[in-house]
Amino acid sequence: MKAHRLFLCCAVFLAAAFTVSAAPLKIELPPETAVFKTAPGSEAAMAQCLICHSAEYVSMQPLLTRTAWKATVEKMQKKFGAPLPADQVDALVDYIVKAYGAAPAPVKAPAAPVK
Amino acid sequence: MHSPLPPRNGAFSRRDFLQTTALFTMAGAAAPWRLLAEEKVTLPFANGERSLVKYPQKRPLIQLTSRPPQLETPFKVFNESVITPNDAFFVRYHLANIPTEIDVETFRVEVKGKVNTPLVLSVADLKKQFEAVEIVAVNQCSGNSRGFSSPRVSGGQLANGAMGNARWRGVRLKDVLEKAGVAAGAKQVTFDGLDTAVIPQTPDFIKALDIDHALGGEVMLAYEMNGEDLPMLNGYPLRLVVPGYYGTYWVKHLSEITVVDGLFDGFWMSTAYRIPNTPGACILPGTTPKSTVPIGRFNVRSFITSLTDGATIPIKRETLVRGIAFDGGAGISEVLVSSDGGHNWRAAMLGKELGNYSFREWTIPLTPAASGPLELKVKATNRLGESQPVEALWNPPGYMRNVIETVKVNAA
Repeated sequence: MKAHRLFLCCAVFLAAAFTVSAAPLKIELPPETAVFKTAPGSEAAMAQCLICHSAEYVSMQPLLTRTAWKATVEKMQKKFGAPLPADQVDALVDYIVKAYGAAPAPVKAPAAPVK
Repeated sequence: MHSPLPPRNGAFSRRDFLQTTALFTMAGAAAPWRLLAEEKVTLPFANGERSLVKYPQKRPLIQLTSRPPQLETPFKVFNESVITPNDAFFVRYHLANIPTEIDVETFRVEVKGKVNTPLVLSVADLKKQFEAVEIVAVNQCSGNSRGFSSPRVSGGQLANGAMGNARWRGVRLKDVLEKAGVAAGAKQVTFDGLDTAVIPQTPDFIKALDIDHALGGEVMLAYEMNGEDLPMLNGYPLRLVVPGYYGTYWVKHLSEITVVDGLFDGFWMSTAYRIPNTPGACILPGTTPKSTVPIGRFNVRSFITSLTDGATIPIKRETLVRGIAFDGGAGISEVLVSSDGGHNWRAAMLGKELGNYSFREWTIPLTPAASGPLELKVKATNRLGESQPVEALWNPPGYMRNVIETVKVNAA
């Protein structure tokens, strides 16, 4: 009686295990909630940057120089194929450094004499 | 009804966000992401605020980016066990079209290019046709700890949690390549997974290993991690395991293995993931390297895991300090610990050896004689005599940080 019940139990378990292993693994990612800061130019950031990645790619960065941000935007355009017209690069960089801040440009040595 | 999903590529306003948040709240316990925006952590560098977010098959992890997902392991996990649990293991993708549904029955990996017999193999074929092997190995992101770079550099702003140690089970790449038969003149093998770019102009994420490395016997096609199927976000159902090498080579959802007779020059080898061709892969902070090479093996690292900055330990009583150390495969031979800022060092006791590619646990008893601040430092050395620098080395992409770590505690 006991053995019979155990057998049934095992049979049900094995059948369940078999069914589980045959099913595709499917996951549902949590919704994307990060947004770009609203400021003049944020429409371009949303239209361009969000094609390929979420807003944290910008918001998590430390304070970078404008030059560094421009290099990054140009990398997105030239290496990653972002469909950003060349004449809109500066506007997008302006938005990023205005909305997220920028590190001061490194001081060039020797410094030019102040007039 | 309003969809809780944001528009994929379009604007997403604050009002949408508030509405969405309200919906999550209403969804209550059924929503696995309800922790979103509730739990925050602050990593110890400027702009280090992050959310802890629950992803499928994962406990709440530090969210670096949501699309594609990049998740960092909370550091306290490394004090729980020398093996990193699957549900806490870090996640790093490059391209946003990631697979979210895979049928292992129909999944195939192709072996092609300069081979005598191209192969198309299911996971069941791999299990049936090749000898199963296991290895405990650390996977670490090239940019692990990038957020501590000084001066700061752009890229994923990670603390120390983009690493993990798992027992991988699978088959040798060597055996699979030998079954296909590598043709004469083969130079490299390339690896591609199911994740793809959103737009066709973006270079696909393809990595390459030299043919000798690929045939060396250590590189593995892994279908299990810590005794279970790989989690989806760690490469289900098959990923490359390249022991001792940075995670960039550990291609997930591995679907194409191609033997080539030249040096593969795709973006992710020829432009990205390159380090200065200098000893220690470092250059003067703020400068540009003269020449670069693809990133390779891990350098030596060690961490204190049982104490964090600001902790208090008792005086005149023994506290067992614990941590981990690892390197690129030579194996850890010595771990030294200082409790006076690096003036005096004592040897820690090394824990069980799980192989040269694993985290090596270490412990050392510490009994402070008097109250006051203590600056704890840990320094490991591997069997090649390589160790860790006193001052952090710097390179523009923020790779390979391995400075001697410091934890400041109080004895009281």
